[in-house]
Amino acid sequence: MDLDLDERTTAFRDEVRAWLAENVPKRPLASFDTAEGFEQHRRWEAKLADARLSVVSWPREYGGRDASLLEWVLFEEEYYAAGAPGRVGQNGIFMLAPTLFSHGTPEQRKRILPAMARGEQVWAQAWSEPEAGSDIAALRSTATRTDGGWLLSGQKVWSSRATYADRAFGLFRSDQDSERHRGLTYVMFDLRADGVRVRPIPQLDGEPGFAEIFLDEVFVPDADVIGEPGEGWRVAMTTANNERGLSLRSPGRFLAAADRLVRLWRETHGDTETALAARVADAWIQARAYQLYTFGTVTRLAEGGELGPESSVNKLFWSHLDVGLHETALELLGPDAELSGKTGWPEGWLFSLAGPIYGGTDQIQRNVVAERLLGLPRGQR
Amino acid sequence: MRFALSDEQRQFAESIDQLLSASDPAKANRAWAQGQHEPGMRIWQALAELGVQALIVPQQWGGIEATPVDLVVAFERLGYHAVPGPWVDTVAALPALLPEDHPLAERFLPGVASGETLASLVLRPHVPYALDADVAQARLLLDGAALRRFSPGQVLSSMDGSRRLFEPVPGAENEADTGADTGAGTVTAETEAAFDMGVLATAAQLLGAGQWLLDASVTYAKQRKQYGREIGQYQAIKHLLADVATELELARPLVHAAAIALGGDTAARDVSAAKVACARAAHLAARTGLQVHGAIGYTAEHDLGLRLTKVRALVSAWGTQAVHRTRVLRGMPEHGRVG
Repeated sequence: MDLDLDERTTAFRDEVRAWLAENVPKRPLASFDTAEGFEQHRRWEAKLADARLSVVSWPREYGGRDASLLEWVLFEEEYYAAGAPGRVGQNGIFMLAPTLFSHGTPEQRKRILPAMARGEQVWAQAWSEPEAGSDIAALRSTATRTDGGWLLSGQKVWSSRATYADRAFGLFRSDQDSERHRGLTYVMFDLRADGVRVRPIPQLDGEPGFAEIFLDEVFVPDADVIGEPGEGWRVAMTTANNERGLSLRSPGRFLAAADRLVRLWRETHGDTETALAARVADAWIQARAYQLYTFGTVTRLAEGGELGPESSVNKLFWSHLDVGLHETALELLGPDAELSGKTGWPEGWLFSLAGPIYGGTDQIQRNVVAERLLGLPRGQR
Repeated sequence: MRFALSDEQRQFAESIDQLLSASDPAKANRAWAQGQHEPGMRIWQALAELGVQALIVPQQWGGIEATPVDLVVAFERLGYHAVPGPWVDTVAALPALLPEDHPLAERFLPGVASGETLASLVLRPHVPYALDADVAQARLLLDGAALRRFSPGQVLSSMDGSRRLFEPVPGAENEADTGADTGAGTVTAETEAAFDMGVLATAAQLLGAGQWLLDASVTYAKQRKQYGREIGQYQAIKHLLADVATELELARPLVHAAAIALGGDTAARDVSAAKVACARAAHLAARTGLQVHGAIGYTAEHDLGLRLTKVRALVSAWGTQAVHRTRVLRGMPEHGRVG
């Protein structure tokens, strides 16, 4: 058991660190949930891609550099430690791409992945529906067979990035007589296609971070179905595991935030105040715990294991860590806590609040942990 | 990087489990609390045959010179089975206090390795009372730079009956056959090392006790029926237990990483982080375990109680949460990455 990096990994990390120190924008980009910020972020994604740092864990042919899972985790640590911009392409990169690697055709991968890696095509997720929420199996939007493809109808909601993104992916009910998890099909569609109407929804910060999508007989060719029609649930589970597990939330962001919290603590309170000291210490300990737990997972996956219920353990843990860490920062800031656009902490706090909700709520994750990790019986909810 | 236990380490844990499952440590624990040491000493001897006491003793003194990771693997199992006795003092802290060439090493460490010597240590200020000083042969008190022997004074009763604590009555300074070798510099560094090792072993014990509390609660929730169904079907119960599982899962890697960090610059910070997290997780496991079991868990007959009081005692033993959080805050990096 060790935490030592080999030569290749150390060299990779050092290269990443040096490039980021040179290239991370000195001034933060505008929010990617504004029209201006979205285009700034697109350019940043292209710049990352030029250095082959946009999707390091992907195969070279799609713009990556075949980095190991460990290298990717370290890349993320460096990325957030350097204060680099959030990834506008994250829905595609971390949710759709793993699905394409598992279930896509060679043609789909070749057509979609390089453009995604460069930010030329930015993807929105279209999972939720008004009646569904975390219960994806209650979906009602339909895909109806037509010549050479499908016609999508219905409504999606809480679609992150849909306001400015180019395309979206989600599940549609392709067999009207089916129930629950059966008869669903995984489809990609163009947000500018005929029959698509996007209604932006302002989030707590006022920016349209998500949107409703109305679909009225929107045509998608067979080439944009992932996996077999009717098998969408199975296909989507790859994505769900990735979202809850490693892909969306590597430890890097929390480590960087804990680091900033410690600095804030030293600047504002130092040794003079004890009431908040315990919370600062706990936030740091938890960020470290999550980093180490991830190294354990990376080791297990490298040795042929699979990501199971621990993806739910991850999400439960980091979502609480993130909220607690930001609330402690706001306490440290005192009356400045409410001032936006100054310290970044209020914005970070707002973002952290979404953690226990999206990608399966805390309550769903606890059920998964209880039933799949602890073996407690399923029962009435 | 390979951050996982080896097959050998897993097999070692299994062999400790097999031995302890067959030797009724809960019964020995209750006897120990009454001052009847025989059943506990039989377990002590049996574990010595597995090599547990010899783990970090130098080969020169009959030990195995295993890694601190092996040590925490063993202590997690000792905590799981609620084995009584001065394990932390004897097996973890004493070998760290007495480096290979220390004048007292030859005197005490061969007996530690063979299972014949038990130790009781007082490390002021955070370990002020002497655990099991009545059965220990090696009784050492460290106060700053001074190393002294002590005899057991007044007996104090712990909320965990099997933790028999004594007021130490110190002898003369440097009385412990050490001559001039207890110079301030050396002893201070060794005291730090002994304290860190004791803290780490205590953290691992807490982790094991917490895991037992979770396992027992899960088993109970699958059997106990209320309103016509197993209580484990209710989300209220599931969600409590899921939170315990999450805290324990995330505390364990801190213990392993701290074991790797021993001897390095971040040792104090890392063992303290492990103790804080394990104490938190085990305490949550205890409180949740009692809630899931209901009144049965509040009885002295049920084994839950053995862990419930032991966990709370260990939360304050070898440094309180506040002490360790302060050590973490002091050891956090000035700049750059957390790791």
